[in-house]
Amino acid sequence: MKGFLLILVWSLIVFDGLGQRYIVEKSTVNFFSDATIEDISAENTKANSIINTQAGDIAFSIAMREFQFEKKLMQEHFNEKYLESEKFPKATFSGKMIGFDQASKGIQQVRATGRLTIHGVTANVDIPGAIEVQTTKLVLKSRFIVKLADYNIKIPQLMWQNIAEQVEVTLNFTYQPQ
Amino acid sequence: MKFILLFVTLFGISHLTLAQDDLLAEMEQQEKVTNDFILGTFHGTRMINGHTVETKHRKSLEFIITHRFGTLNSGGYNLWGLDNSSIRLGLEYGITDRLGVGMGRSSFDKTFDYYLKYKLLRQSKSIPFTITALGTASFQASLREKFPTLTTSEKMSYVTQVLIARKFSSKVSFQLAPAYLYRSTVNQDTAVNNLLSLGMGGRVKVTRSMAIVAEYYLRLNEHDATPFNDSIGLGIEFETGGHVFQLVFTNSLGMAERSFMAESFGDYFEGDIHFGFNITRTFQLSGKK
Repeated sequence: MKGFLLILVWSLIVFDGLGQRYIVEKSTVNFFSDATIEDISAENTKANSIINTQAGDIAFSIAMREFQFEKKLMQEHFNEKYLESEKFPKATFSGKMIGFDQASKGIQQVRATGRLTIHGVTANVDIPGAIEVQTTKLVLKSRFIVKLADYNIKIPQLMWQNIAEQVEVTLNFTYQPQ
Repeated sequence: MKFILLFVTLFGISHLTLAQDDLLAEMEQQEKVTNDFILGTFHGTRMINGHTVETKHRKSLEFIITHRFGTLNSGGYNLWGLDNSSIRLGLEYGITDRLGVGMGRSSFDKTFDYYLKYKLLRQSKSIPFTITALGTASFQASLREKFPTLTTSEKMSYVTQVLIARKFSSKVSFQLAPAYLYRSTVNQDTAVNNLLSLGMGGRVKVTRSMAIVAEYYLRLNEHDATPFNDSIGLGIEFETGGHVFQLVFTNSLGMAERSFMAESFGDYFEGDIHFGFNITRTFQLSGKK
């Protein structure tokens, strides 16, 4: 009996180390690119993400085909010509969250360092963000720049093309405990 | 006892270190790919003269200008055909992402054409082809010059066509397009009213925005005494933003279905080749999803 209790307590301690996990309840990913001829923006509300607060792990996965553009032809070109979504359907990130304290209330500035994969190319990145602990939920906001060249996304040289060299990505994730 | 404690501890630790990749793998399992249908089997709605499986996106309008000069072998006096030209002005609109409607007017034979186009199937991981059905009706106004007594219905012709295409890779797409053409009025000594033909065509991309296209329409049951030839076309196309430019060489002067499917009078191999171009511009009429 004593032994059983010991195991139980020990297990709780160890597995508690697995931490509390939060999964995305609502997500919005926007990107915006400011270009000479025409600004380009798109929104994706189908992104997925998990945070393990104890371990400080965070991961997200964004289906490229779910980015909605105002101009459908642009959306088709985005997927077909530039991001090659048939070959590389998702952008993913997995990394460690730094500076997060679940006990503190209010908005806190955090960073996530890890590996961002877009268009099949993985780069080590350091992404700033702000996270707020609400009663049961977590709200994460982040804004960062993606340089197309870093991910081997070609920028067309032809006239009439209107793709900028970098895009600004905004993440808005609301998590609930799993 | 110690063994069990050790096991639980190790298991917990190994779990921790794996956690990061686990998160991605875990999401991978949860996610269902909902729309994996293939995009951009062809750049435009026209291969050269005939249609491709592509339709316009919902609420987008395409303005199509197609142009054919005279034949290359018509000599320097005619500036190798550039003195003469045949033009078609057309509009195509996407009612839904799959259903399109269009109309056009060709200077050749003063022909008006109207069509409906519907994408029945879209190629995806589980579906090997994109299949589009096309129905057209054309009115050949110029017939009244020679045959003033013909009624409107006698100047009509109709096409029902099934376009079947497969994008084999990001560079290579092919299409087969059996067609049934009904012409109300033909010269019974040289033509049949009900003509079946088999269209075939393809595109090979040279760069991301530039491709070579080819098209051939084989007439299957035309009258033996036909003075016409099968339609052949070769072209280069450029896709830039909302435009598609095609520079084409074809033995067909007319651009309505009846004209090229059944009544291409040029002999490609004798040099009766018309240089021409197709230019399209797509306008998105309403934004927001």
